[in-house]
Amino acid sequence: MTEPTPLQNDTAATQTDLQTAAANRSEARITPEEVAKVAKLARLRLTDEELTRFTGQLADVLEHAADLDLLDLDGVEPMARPIPLANVFRADIPGPLLSREEVLAVAPATEDGFFRVPPVLGESE
Amino acid sequence: MTSALEIAASVRAAERSAREVLDEHLAVIAEREADVHAFNLVTTEHAIAAAVAVDELVAQGGNPGLLAGVPVAIKDNLCTRGVATTCSSKILQGWVPPYDATVVSRLAAAGAIMVGKTNMDEFAMGSSTENSAFGPTRNPHNLSLVPGGSSGGSAAAVAAGFAPISLGSDTGGSIRQPAALCGVVGVKPTYGTVSRLGLVAFGSSLDQVGPFANSVAEAALVCEVIGGHDPGDSTSIPQAFPSVSDHLSDGVAGMRIGLITEMMGEGISPDVAQRIRAAAECLAAAGAEVEEVSVPAVTYGLSAYYLVAPAEASSNLSRYDGVRYGLRVEAPTTGEMMELTRTAGFGDEVKRRIMLGTYALSAGYYDAFYGTALKVRTLIRRDFDTAYERFDALLSPTSPTTAFAFGDKTADPMSMYLNDVCTIASNLAGHPAMSVPYGVGTDGMPVGAQVLAPALGELAMFRVAAVLEGSLV
Amino acid sequence: MSIDLDVWEIVIGLEVHAELATATKLFCAAPNDFGGEPNTHIDALTLGLPGSLPVLNEHAVELAIRVGLALNCTINRSVFSRKNYFYPDQPTNYQISQFDLPINGEGWLELPSGKVIGIERAHLEEDTGKSTHIGGGGRIHDATYSLVDYNRAGVPLLEIVGRPDLRSGDEARAYVVELRAILVAVGASDGKMEEGSLRVDCNVSVRRHGDAELGTRCEIKNINSLRSLGRAVDYEAERQIDMILADERIEQQTRHWNEDEGRTLKLRSKEQADDYRYFPEPDLVDLLPSQEWIDRVRARLPILPAQRRLRLCERSGADLAQAVLIVERGLDDLCLAALELGADASRTITHAEHNLSDPKAQGLDPKMFAKLTNMDADGILSSTQTKTVLAELVQLGGDPAAIADSHGFKAMDSGELDAVVDQLIAENPEQWQRFCEGDPKISGFFVGRVMKATQGQADGKVVAGLLSERIPTAPKE
Repeated sequence: MTEPTPLQNDTAATQTDLQTAAANRSEARITPEEVAKVAKLARLRLTDEELTRFTGQLADVLEHAADLDLLDLDGVEPMARPIPLANVFRADIPGPLLSREEVLAVAPATEDGFFRVPPVLGESE
Repeated sequence: MTSALEIAASVRAAERSAREVLDEHLAVIAEREADVHAFNLVTTEHAIAAAVAVDELVAQGGNPGLLAGVPVAIKDNLCTRGVATTCSSKILQGWVPPYDATVVSRLAAAGAIMVGKTNMDEFAMGSSTENSAFGPTRNPHNLSLVPGGSSGGSAAAVAAGFAPISLGSDTGGSIRQPAALCGVVGVKPTYGTVSRLGLVAFGSSLDQVGPFANSVAEAALVCEVIGGHDPGDSTSIPQAFPSVSDHLSDGVAGMRIGLITEMMGEGISPDVAQRIRAAAECLAAAGAEVEEVSVPAVTYGLSAYYLVAPAEASSNLSRYDGVRYGLRVEAPTTGEMMELTRTAGFGDEVKRRIMLGTYALSAGYYDAFYGTALKVRTLIRRDFDTAYERFDALLSPTSPTTAFAFGDKTADPMSMYLNDVCTIASNLAGHPAMSVPYGVGTDGMPVGAQVLAPALGELAMFRVAAVLEGSLV
Repeated sequence: MSIDLDVWEIVIGLEVHAELATATKLFCAAPNDFGGEPNTHIDALTLGLPGSLPVLNEHAVELAIRVGLALNCTINRSVFSRKNYFYPDQPTNYQISQFDLPINGEGWLELPSGKVIGIERAHLEEDTGKSTHIGGGGRIHDATYSLVDYNRAGVPLLEIVGRPDLRSGDEARAYVVELRAILVAVGASDGKMEEGSLRVDCNVSVRRHGDAELGTRCEIKNINSLRSLGRAVDYEAERQIDMILADERIEQQTRHWNEDEGRTLKLRSKEQADDYRYFPEPDLVDLLPSQEWIDRVRARLPILPAQRRLRLCERSGADLAQAVLIVERGLDDLCLAALELGADASRTITHAEHNLSDPKAQGLDPKMFAKLTNMDADGILSSTQTKTVLAELVQLGGDPAAIADSHGFKAMDSGELDAVVDQLIAENPEQWQRFCEGDPKISGFFVGRVMKATQGQADGKVVAGLLSERIPTAPKE
């Protein structure tokens, strides 16, 4: 077996270093207030028990993700998608539609061809 | 178990009827499904109608397709027209799509017979199928152990003989890991080679549909049938699926294969590691040059994945709000209605990932979390590219352990995520990877060997897999 | 308006959303049609059904490039992003838009007055569905429930963000008129504010002249006409000035223009900016229009309103105000064509300005229009007669000479008219004496008689001229 290829960047750490970094972290990576805030943003309602439990669990994941802090990412381009495609288009030609009947048949509430929802108050836009 | 290839050949030649084949498989389902719970829905009527149609076509001298009469199980996050598609979630309970996913129509056009929609971790989030809202699937080799996830139902369906082939989806390992745990072949193709149109989105830049099968050859055929350009998917590569079926027996003589160092370390169970080394030796014996190779950035794959995937998921799952379809919990205002609906409709793991993803994208945190993860993705791709300058394919375990017991990892989500350490990097890079059964662990449960290849390197990947498979006969 | 513009400066920036005139929506093949029964222009993507995916409409990009070039913008590599927020008219609870990399970069637009207004950017995004609020008089705050129609969801929009270079309600209106004319000229949009295919949001702030910093701005929505735009700007500027003078802090807000009450009302505070969690749309790929494509679009760009105005002024002698009006009416091509065919320039411009407000006028035959202007200029027809013939020409077409004939408008030559005038003078010596003496009571007598005698065919001005020629220069004995 040959030597493994040298590490790509000098500041990347070994397994033990990663564990130490995680253990040494004294601040929680996410607070209950922040969890409550993102829950609201995501339209989720949490009980007090869930808030505590989820905060701990999310903090664990973010702790683990702290290993990324050790990387030197200067000048590295973000990769939003893994394929080098560009300029994918569709011609401006009408295509098949869904029938309103089929669609409204599975809707929770409808009226006169519309989707019916409770009053919309104080939302954005 | 008759292979899909044999079934298709005999149905096309009118030696067997599709109906007969179907009835055989329905009988197996009737016998074992209560124990295994691979399905959310067995589509008996639908299947019978399809089988009858295939038989009629054959009788008229028509060509019923490459998978004529072959029963197939479809993961319940693939849209099937007129057939409930739930993603194993309460929020989509009873939703019936008005259209078929592209892969579903391609299978149907090839004459395959859908026997049912398989159970999964809710919205494909999980590694054990314990996150299903409708109860877990059990590993057919040992009913007290998990089948893996998130495509546990599809893996189990093939392992239990319910269908010779099935479809799953893989975002971080959700085809390969259950394939390994259930002792079947599972393939995640190159990102963009199989259409995502009709696949309920989880992590859009990571998701791919792929097959489970009992053999490399069957898996190859299914890939060729479902793969190839789809103008309805903007991320679909504009070419046909790489042609691999004709080259499966090419062997590996002269190929350079690298055993990934970082995936053979501490987190891997020793019996699993031993099987992978045996696989490496097998390939060497078959004429390949096998060496260890370091792909350093893969160490960071788990962290990057658990920022990227939940971020995309948090947005993809916003549409489930009780307005247009699915579950609705009534309330005095729409805002509350959305909140109550989502709270009642989503399970804990889904909620965790939505919140994690929302956090990773939120103002002030984007650069530190999501932005950083996207850069790490580039590093992973770069390190793979470097490795592929010297190697044609790579080798690693698929899963760090064999199948574990129910409840083993549910208390600590992080422990569950660690199941994905070997599979995740390929999704981040968009590369193909597949799991081939390679013996058993000390507990007698299946071990999977993972073969990795560069983008559009399916040919090399399948060749290696075929040799590994052949060595166990 | 009671603002002292010597003291205060009003700063206005407009965000204009234009519905693009494509056959189908931005990311799917459902039709881009106005009206229609609710939820009948929908497909899987319009509803954001699970598993649906967006595919970009090439023609929408073409139109965006046209507008970008017409506004002198750079055409950039661009990326689509998701703007995440929950609202029932947004089927996926995110909007696909463009955030940090829009297709059109910085540009500018020149107002008819010559003032240049900067364009910050223009980007593509999808429209939302529409909610109707039932109960409580249709007002969102008192509704008992809401109904949602997704026909409009996914329609392509181009959002054009102008720099805060505008300084008055009039300038704001002029900007919208010019922008709309450009959009219509390049075929990108039909630009109808009242139909919602052109939507204007207005950012207004105030400051004292000489202040380097801009004041806190408020965004005003629900402006549905040019008139509302002007009124809203004026109202909001006064509101803010009053607050400053009363030592009150202006909060950054989104405000709603109430047309009936003539005032803006707070909709929501913008001080806690919404967290839209923008990230690159993973279901779409980068948009990189090739240089060939951009060059082709540029080569095919039609003449723009500013160029039309210039051309008309240069070739016809029209002044700027006339040119603005005539170009706005779409009559400049007609005028120039008529001029080529020998039309009288000044009559052409005058008629285009005053007598051709009917949209049908665009269909006038330039040859016939030219002929008529000459009949007018030569005095063959009186101005009243000319107007009548012109109106009929617009409605029914035909030949002005024939039309004049059919009305009995004879071509009166000057000799005939002289004879009529002379005869009337001879028949009415007393009145003639008084006329020559300048008796005001008799001033209209002869013109009236001539008109009667000629059945209204004489040109009043010409007659007056003939009469005054005959007034003796030496006083009568």
